[in-house]
Amino acid sequence: MLLGRTANGLYWMNRYIERAENMARLVDAGLRMALTRTQSASEEWNSVLLSAGSDVTFTQKYQDYTAANVADFLLRDTSNPSSTMAAIETARNNARMVRTALTRETWESINEAWMSLKRMLAKPIDERDLPSVLDAIKRETALIRGSFYGTMLRNEIFDFSQLGTYVERADNTARILDVKYYVLLPSISWVGSSLDNYQWESILRSVSAHRSYRWVYEADYKPTNIADYLILNVRMPRSLTFCYRFLAEHLKFLSDDYGEHHPCHATVERTQAMLRAGSIKNIFDAGLHEFLANFIQDNTKLGEEIAQDYRFN
Amino acid sequence: MRLAAFDEMLPEVSGLRKPYTAYDRWLKEQDPARLTEKMQDAERVFRKTGITFAVYGEQEASERLIPFDIVPRIISGNEWRRLTQGIEQRVQALNAFLDDIYHRQEILRAGRVPRELIARNEAFLPEMIGVRPPAGVYTHIIGVDIVRISENEFYVLEDNARTPSGVSYMLENRETMMQLFPELFQKIKVRPVENYPQLLRQSLAAVRPQSTKGAPTIAVLTPGSFNSAYFEHAFLADQMGVQLVEGQDLRVVDGHVAMRTTEGYKQIDVLYRRVDDSFLDPLTFRPDSALGVPGIMDVYRAGNITIANAPGTGIADDKAIYSYMPEIIEFYTGRKAILGNIPTWRCSEPDSLKYVLEHIDELVIKEVHGSGGYGMLVGPAATKKECETFAKKLAAKPSNYIAQPTLALSTCPILTDKGLAPRHVDLRPYVLVSDRIQIVPGGLTRVALKEGSLVVNSSQGGGTKDTWVLDD
Repeated sequence: MLLGRTANGLYWMNRYIERAENMARLVDAGLRMALTRTQSASEEWNSVLLSAGSDVTFTQKYQDYTAANVADFLLRDTSNPSSTMAAIETARNNARMVRTALTRETWESINEAWMSLKRMLAKPIDERDLPSVLDAIKRETALIRGSFYGTMLRNEIFDFSQLGTYVERADNTARILDVKYYVLLPSISWVGSSLDNYQWESILRSVSAHRSYRWVYEADYKPTNIADYLILNVRMPRSLTFCYRFLAEHLKFLSDDYGEHHPCHATVERTQAMLRAGSIKNIFDAGLHEFLANFIQDNTKLGEEIAQDYRFN
Repeated sequence: MRLAAFDEMLPEVSGLRKPYTAYDRWLKEQDPARLTEKMQDAERVFRKTGITFAVYGEQEASERLIPFDIVPRIISGNEWRRLTQGIEQRVQALNAFLDDIYHRQEILRAGRVPRELIARNEAFLPEMIGVRPPAGVYTHIIGVDIVRISENEFYVLEDNARTPSGVSYMLENRETMMQLFPELFQKIKVRPVENYPQLLRQSLAAVRPQSTKGAPTIAVLTPGSFNSAYFEHAFLADQMGVQLVEGQDLRVVDGHVAMRTTEGYKQIDVLYRRVDDSFLDPLTFRPDSALGVPGIMDVYRAGNITIANAPGTGIADDKAIYSYMPEIIEFYTGRKAILGNIPTWRCSEPDSLKYVLEHIDELVIKEVHGSGGYGMLVGPAATKKECETFAKKLAAKPSNYIAQPTLALSTCPILTDKGLAPRHVDLRPYVLVSDRIQIVPGGLTRVALKEGSLVVNSSQGGGTKDTWVLDD
């Protein structure tokens, strides 16, 4: 038995931990693009902001799409609720609220991540330090994940936490793909140019998949393979299919435990069936953008249904 | 002004006191550099686990640590036995007083306590008249503040009978000491305190409503994660293995208080509340309270929930009532108080007020309803101007204040850069009341870290020490 408010805290704590890390990954990918291609760096930063869902608020504050501005905005600006610093702070506030549900190790890893990032992000980041800051963010969130997986009992507390993680992750991967979907379309004439290669690598890099891609597919980047990898691959930990496999699993644990089936179960099954039946060719034929837009909408709906069904809205 | 204080480890007259002999021997063998290191370790442990408290009115330092000193405060088995007798007697009297004051009011009829002190007191809840809580217990958890001024003189400074805090520090301090100096605990037999959460849970379960079938569901009610004592609320719920709830999680369902869970509403039988009376039920008390549960008082009056501590217990630890504690103890237990009160002037009485105003620079003056060291004046430590300003406040509303002599609280050494140095301490043992009275051997020792300071409150620069009761 779990308080609805505790389920809510666990869910959002994990969404925000995931988000804090995803921001670092997005900046990392943007930085790599900006370093390799000076010409359209600002375009690249713009798409980073679009993927982060923060482009509108960014333009209200800054004029130029520079590495310094974007990194500042996405990593340390607490007026941006999705920045790494704001996200880790929200995650910690939620963790504090649900402290009794967490192991000591898990709580301490979150508290320590918050303390060390607060110290590190207190002042604007010197561009020379950016790579090490990004590494440190990923290390802190990895430590949280490590203590969480290593010490938490696999019960409903674990389930609600995982639901938060995978709803956020699926949203993040889908957004990254949707912002860049046009570079994956085969119809465009400059396919195969070096520009595309960079763009494609950037997509993979923003989900930390540029190396593992080569283990699964051949060395060359192919748009259909990239889309296949991020949408349909069952083994790739940030693919939509992978996220939904775990969302379905944890929702099933909950329905088994509580002996109750809810609307969110129907939604997750429907999306999972759609992913399982789909081939990447079908998706491209029906329109990649349409597919992703629908997915993002359904994923948001799933999050809302979970909150409603388990009384934490 | 420096007061000649009694040092519990190294009194000037007699040299090292007996309870400290084994510890002193160990201490002399330690490398000072290693001790300093241990002190820093301790701070890291506290910071990491998030054992922090919020200070009201300080936005910047919204989370601070209570400084911890690594020199333990040691009490012998004999001293402890004497203290517990006094505390038990006092706690019995407090509960008997509460039962009386909300029923027949014999003590008022007997003229031992003035009627107007009760009638015009905000801590007295008319809503509780005629209500008998489950198992007849009013104050379940009490923290009695005790000061010492010499080898044999102990006084009660305050009875915290509403929602005493700090017990988590007692437990974490011990935990930290055992981590830092495991060898010490093998050399010296210290009575354990770590079973407090289990005792608390058993104690709360024992006072469940009569109607409860099977094992009662217990929960801790916190005002929320922004409350200064939130860490402790979470800690206790966690250690007891019960739910930590907020007002927004609760509502009255079918005549019972229930919490909203992922599986719907679940009944609660015993609520250990850390929310003040006035916020407990917006339908009965403050209508603007979002921290309480609308209708919980109806459930309570129907006998369907235990609230610990009971609403209205504040009348027993009110500072104006405090001065009558010797009479109260004698009235209900038939014996003289084993633990004395500090002599207290009630400023509501004209003669006392006159004396207090004339001796303001010698006295400690407290607000009757204040707590946490706020709104008090320590005469000897205050400037002339501060005394004058305070005198004006006092003269304007005398009934709001009591005054006490500035006692030379005992000292206990702390570790400083320059070695051991004496600092004033007090002691808060924790008492649990159900069908019996249990006192955990130990308590929270608060220490005024500033040299010469007598204010031990954590909000005013106080720290804490581990408190050892020897198994001798």
